[in-house]
Amino acid sequence: MFIHGGRNETLWPLIGPPAVWAIHFTASYVWAAIACAKTTHEDAIYLTARIGIGVMTVLALAAIAYASYHAWRVWGFGRYEPPHADDTEEDRRRFLGYATLLLAALSAVSVIFVALPAAFIPECTW
Amino acid sequence: MTPLLSATQTAARRTLPLALCLAAAGCSGPQSALDPAGREAETVAHLFFVMTIGGAVIWLAVIALAVYAGGFKQRTLSEETGQRLILWGGAVVPTLILAALLAYALWLMPDLRPWTREAMAEGGVKGHVTAEQYWWRVRMEGPGGPVESANELIVPVGQRVDLTLTSPDVIHSFWIPALAGKIDMIPGRTNRITLRADRPGVYRGVCAEFCGESHALMAFTVRAVPPQEHAALAAAEARPAAVTSGEGLRLFLEKGCAACHAIRGTEARGGVGPDLTHVGSRPTIAAATLPNDQASRERFLRNPDAVKPGVRMPGYDMLPPAEIETLARFLGDLK
Ligand code: HEC
Ligand SMILES: [Cu+2]
Repeated sequence: MFIHGGRNETLWPLIGPPAVWAIHFTASYVWAAIACAKTTHEDAIYLTARIGIGVMTVLALAAIAYASYHAWRVWGFGRYEPPHADDTEEDRRRFLGYATLLLAALSAVSVIFVALPAAFIPECTW
Repeated sequence: MTPLLSATQTAARRTLPLALCLAAAGCSGPQSALDPAGREAETVAHLFFVMTIGGAVIWLAVIALAVYAGGFKQRTLSEETGQRLILWGGAVVPTLILAALLAYALWLMPDLRPWTREAMAEGGVKGHVTAEQYWWRVRMEGPGGPVESANELIVPVGQRVDLTLTSPDVIHSFWIPALAGKIDMIPGRTNRITLRADRPGVYRGVCAEFCGESHALMAFTVRAVPPQEHAALAAAEARPAAVTSGEGLRLFLEKGCAACHAIRGTEARGGVGPDLTHVGSRPTIAAATLPNDQASRERFLRNPDAVKPGVRMPGYDMLPPAEIETLARFLGDLK
């Protein structure tokens, strides 16, 4: 899903990083909500959720980095100037690579912002 | 200039300072988040000023840049400089600023909403507040068990007050702007808030979530008093009613008030409406809608719905004025 194919242009890789963001977001919120519903303050259910969110964040960032590298390659490692608006196969590929790279940057920042509360908030009650 | 216009302008010139004064006066007083009287509210005010000043600085910088670009800049930027400007000014710097603000707000959390474990350990006063259309049931923990009251919260200065909050009907929101942030009161869920008043005084709390016709008339009084005075007031609140016989009480029981209201020390044990054991000692009635004087009490008894639309108490307009008067006087005597 993450890799822009050889000759066939497809839009799928473009949504790779945002999809990682969406999955990370949903999983973090659902995990924290379930943990907070179950925890009793004496157990480590919430702590487990915090660590779990940390691990998911590392995995999500790794997946986005992987997608970014491929997008960067497809774009041509920054050798060509945007906007890549010509009606050619190269430009279409470069455009897709460039757009994927930008979305990957946005997704990475979002994943970090979503995870920050888990780093700061030590207990559930509120 | 026509005379009319200049007259309007003079009037505007005269009223503007007045309007500014009024606006500034709105920043202090018993119900202002900008005039904090407690630790949690101070943190909120701090956050507000950091965000407002930060926002103003960014706004000024952007407007200055726009003015510069529109009015003074003669040469066009090279493509490369333009792209660098977009990358840094449009993406990197805003992301860093947002990250810093997010981290700052999260870092403030322990002050804003102290962690339960610490709150439990610290002691202080505990209680439970229920928001009901359109009033507040207050049940404070005391040495002899919980003591029920309504529409008034008495808190000791300098001590932590730990409240659990809920609602039996619709979503309300608990907000004492001068003392703490706001938190919703949600049917089927128990929320908590802790607050600490640092300055003695009388503050006003409000319902901050639309809950029906009389939402805007759903407020309460908060009295922050020194700890010794608080102990005395709490002990007084726990005692049974001051008047447990007489014509007023007879009417109260006979006219059915006791079906909804309790007066401890008498047969009146209704739980639908506010506990009236010490209603005479409260500064207001009907959830801070009317002052607690004889005329207002009579007016409320005769036609509560005219005072508070949608109120869950029937009117007693059909009673002879003398009986209304007796009832209202009896309520005032319940100190
Ligand atoms: C059907 C139930 C019901 C009956 C009967 C009833 N009340 Fe009420 N009463 C309420 C409710 C509910 C409120 C809260 C109104 C509000 O502020 O939203 C209230 C409020 C009050 C208050 C204001 C209390 C406060 O702290 O602000 C007084 C005083 C009062 N009632 C007196 C009476 C008297 C006297 C009678 C009998 C003549 C009576 N009530 C009959 C339900 C009832
Ligand atoms: Cu309300």
